[in-house]
Amino acid sequence: MSSQIIQISAKYLKPLLLALSLFVLYRGHNTPGGGFIGGLLAASGYILYMMAYGAKITLSKMWLKPFNLAALGLLIALVSGFFGPVVGEVFMAGQWFSFLEIKLGTPTLFDVGVYLTVTGVMLIIMIAIFENLETWN
Amino acid sequence: MELYLPILIIFVAALAAPFLEKLLKGAVGWVLALFPLGAFVHFTTLSLLIGDGETLYRSVSWIPSLGINFSFYLDGLSLLFLLLITGIGTLVLIYSGYYMKNYQLKDRFYMYLMFFMAAMMGLVLTGNLITLFLFWELTSISSFMLIGFFHEKDSSRFASQQALLITTMGGLALISGIVLINQISGTYEIPYILSNPEILTGSPMYLAVLVLILLGAFTKSAQFPFHFWLPGAMAGPSPVSAFLHSATMVKAGVYFLMRLSPALGGTPEWKLILTVVGVVTMFFGAYFALTQTDLKRILAYTTVSALGTLILLTGIGSEESIKAAIVFLVVHSLYKGSLFMVAGSIDKKTGTRDLNLLGGLGKKMPFTTAVSLIALFSMAGLPPFIGFIGKELIYEAKDAIPDAANFLLIMSILSNALLVSVSGIFAWKVFFGPAGNTPIEPKETPVNLWLGPAVLAFFSLILAIFPGFFTSNVAGPAVKAIIADDVKVKLSLWHGFNMILLYSLITVVAGVLIFVFRQRIVPTLCRINSVIVRFRFTEVFGKMISHFLTFTKKKTSIVQNGKQRLYLLAIFTSTSVLIGFMIFKSEFWKLDFQFSPISYYGVGISVLMIAAALISVFSRSRVTAIISMGVVGFGVALIFLFYSAPDVAITQILVDTLIVILFVMVIYHLPKFRKFSNRSARIRDGFVSVIFGGLMTCLALISNQANLFPAISGYFNEHSYISAYGRNVVNVILVDFRAMDTLGEITVLIIAALGVYSLITMKFKEKKGEIGK
Repeated sequence: MSSQIIQISAKYLKPLLLALSLFVLYRGHNTPGGGFIGGLLAASGYILYMMAYGAKITLSKMWLKPFNLAALGLLIALVSGFFGPVVGEVFMAGQWFSFLEIKLGTPTLFDVGVYLTVTGVMLIIMIAIFENLETWN
Repeated sequence: MELYLPILIIFVAALAAPFLEKLLKGAVGWVLALFPLGAFVHFTTLSLLIGDGETLYRSVSWIPSLGINFSFYLDGLSLLFLLLITGIGTLVLIYSGYYMKNYQLKDRFYMYLMFFMAAMMGLVLTGNLITLFLFWELTSISSFMLIGFFHEKDSSRFASQQALLITTMGGLALISGIVLINQISGTYEIPYILSNPEILTGSPMYLAVLVLILLGAFTKSAQFPFHFWLPGAMAGPSPVSAFLHSATMVKAGVYFLMRLSPALGGTPEWKLILTVVGVVTMFFGAYFALTQTDLKRILAYTTVSALGTLILLTGIGSEESIKAAIVFLVVHSLYKGSLFMVAGSIDKKTGTRDLNLLGGLGKKMPFTTAVSLIALFSMAGLPPFIGFIGKELIYEAKDAIPDAANFLLIMSILSNALLVSVSGIFAWKVFFGPAGNTPIEPKETPVNLWLGPAVLAFFSLILAIFPGFFTSNVAGPAVKAIIADDVKVKLSLWHGFNMILLYSLITVVAGVLIFVFRQRIVPTLCRINSVIVRFRFTEVFGKMISHFLTFTKKKTSIVQNGKQRLYLLAIFTSTSVLIGFMIFKSEFWKLDFQFSPISYYGVGISVLMIAAALISVFSRSRVTAIISMGVVGFGVALIFLFYSAPDVAITQILVDTLIVILFVMVIYHLPKFRKFSNRSARIRDGFVSVIFGGLMTCLALISNQANLFPAISGYFNEHSYISAYGRNVVNVILVDFRAMDTLGEITVLIIAALGVYSLITMKFKEKKGEIGK
């Protein structure tokens, strides 16, 4: 498991994959991509790291733990739905704001929520497996 | 200001409460009390509008397609309840500031309490039956949290569970009743239902609706035979008893019946059920109050009695009785809230709530004594307190049912006489008489503890002497809302010499007699109870629950035997049978299939996938099997790609990669590859899977042919950029058009992840434990 090739490539690939995942998340509205795919990519970055260094070290380097990540994602997705009722429309009705010629909308926020949730969920499952396998051996 | 804003603010304040508690420490009660106080002032100013006969209505759509809205409807009845909730809520929060000082997790206590307050306000303000149900259940849940606040105690947990189970069972009946109402009237909006009363009462389903709604209301308002959860709920802290279990939540059932009374009430069935249940509850509550020794249990049983009275009065439904109900509701909330807080203070300052240990507190706690005497006089229905007016009105109300008037009169005189004696015993034993033998030397309470009871007691006095504003702006409109007719409510202490005064005199004399001979009567009653009353509700309920658990355990061990291959077999066979039947019915073989021209890469990928699938079935190595499964997955992704669904293809590739990695990680730790099944089982499984796969193919072919509904993909394509500003239709569907579904999906994802996590962790812990041995 602790092959040096994997360790070094994981070290450099993790930030790359994370950056890529953010890019995929951002472009998702107009071109293939989005929160779901982005989340899977981000998770695979961490999983690669986990395979190289183990669950403990990976966890210690995350400033938001998977459980919190997933919960935060769900919260963001939920909150994005409440912009509609505030301006008198139905729950989840998309609201759009222009900011420096960039169109920002609650669906984007919702997608961020999906992204975080998917990342968190994948990591929760992976960590459950890795942690227990590590202690098992 | 928006009608729902106070509720929203208090919900937000509830979320902030734990942080405020950490920040403010001792002052938190005072600060949090500002929220309901503000709402109280706000609603008091609104009462001027309501007093002029206006009602306010505001609707925010939630799920308009199902007729579910956040509608809010303010009339006299909701206003009355809102004033009670916010007013008593303010006092209870101030009281809690001191009372809860030394308990752990008190930050959460404030959150639950505020949360309850907001939910209760929502319950009485909402004008939509579904949102009403939502708030109804929220109050049940917060009540559960608050009763079980001392969660380290077994008895607390049992009591809170019992209360939750009973009220939510009622809740289930309630929601069924609500759905039936919708089926009959076509709407969930309360104002509409109220303005067309004949729809419900004239419907053949009327009795079903009535019984279901009544079950909900009776469980919530602790009517016989569901009353027993309320004395049990005394396991919660005293502020909770004062707020939820006397003044507000237990009255939700009464509120709902009053609210629906124009639409559901007035029929013979309504009158019969409500008066019978009400009378029985009223009498037994008062009777059992006499034989209790715990201060809070005494108060709980008198609350049960009072709730019975309210149901009885609502059931009679005449002008007099509704007047009496509204006045008595306020009367009871005032004195009972006050008395519960006093009981809590006494508990705090003496260390006990046992009637036999307490005594002579009058000298040591003079102020508390004065306050509780006012409240007790009101409970006994003596002048010049509002309790007296309430009782007189109740006696007056009996005449509306001539057949049973005498019976009702005797029962209510008896119940009230019992209440007089209970008040007398409470007052005498606790405040006068010889000094008690208390664990702690009693001391007068600080301002937080006496302010609440004092204000409530003060109102009991002031409303009786100057009832003007209250009757014209609150009680009058409330009565009007219930009987849908303009009535003037006039309250006065002195009605002249008439029969009602005579009944009052009889009541007081009988009560005093019971009080004087209490040393004979009470022990006799206790002995009688121990012989006759073999039926203990709490025990029977506990037994029912444990029997139910054994039953479900047995059932589960049969249905869910823990063997995944059997689950899969069951799922595949039953699905195959159902799908097969439908395919057979649709005469699938007669369809004319038109396939698009087959491309060479399509054929190539298909052949590859079929080969990979076959390899994974017959392979003797796990790694080979999994990698071939991966090949199948990637093949599917390629097909998606060819048919221009790049999003789905990317997702498929990522998911497949992750699954293969997961498998490879775990495989290393699995036991050696072996055959566990015999030949016939494998043939059976093969047969089932071939059938299932074949049927799925047929299904795919049919669904390609059958256009049951016009495809909505065109709509999505057109509107994706125009109304949702996104060119990627798949993504727009996920996060905008169908965002609600996605929200559900990610919630399920999290739940699944939690399940996986706990299953794996538990399994490994078990294994480690075995090795340790």
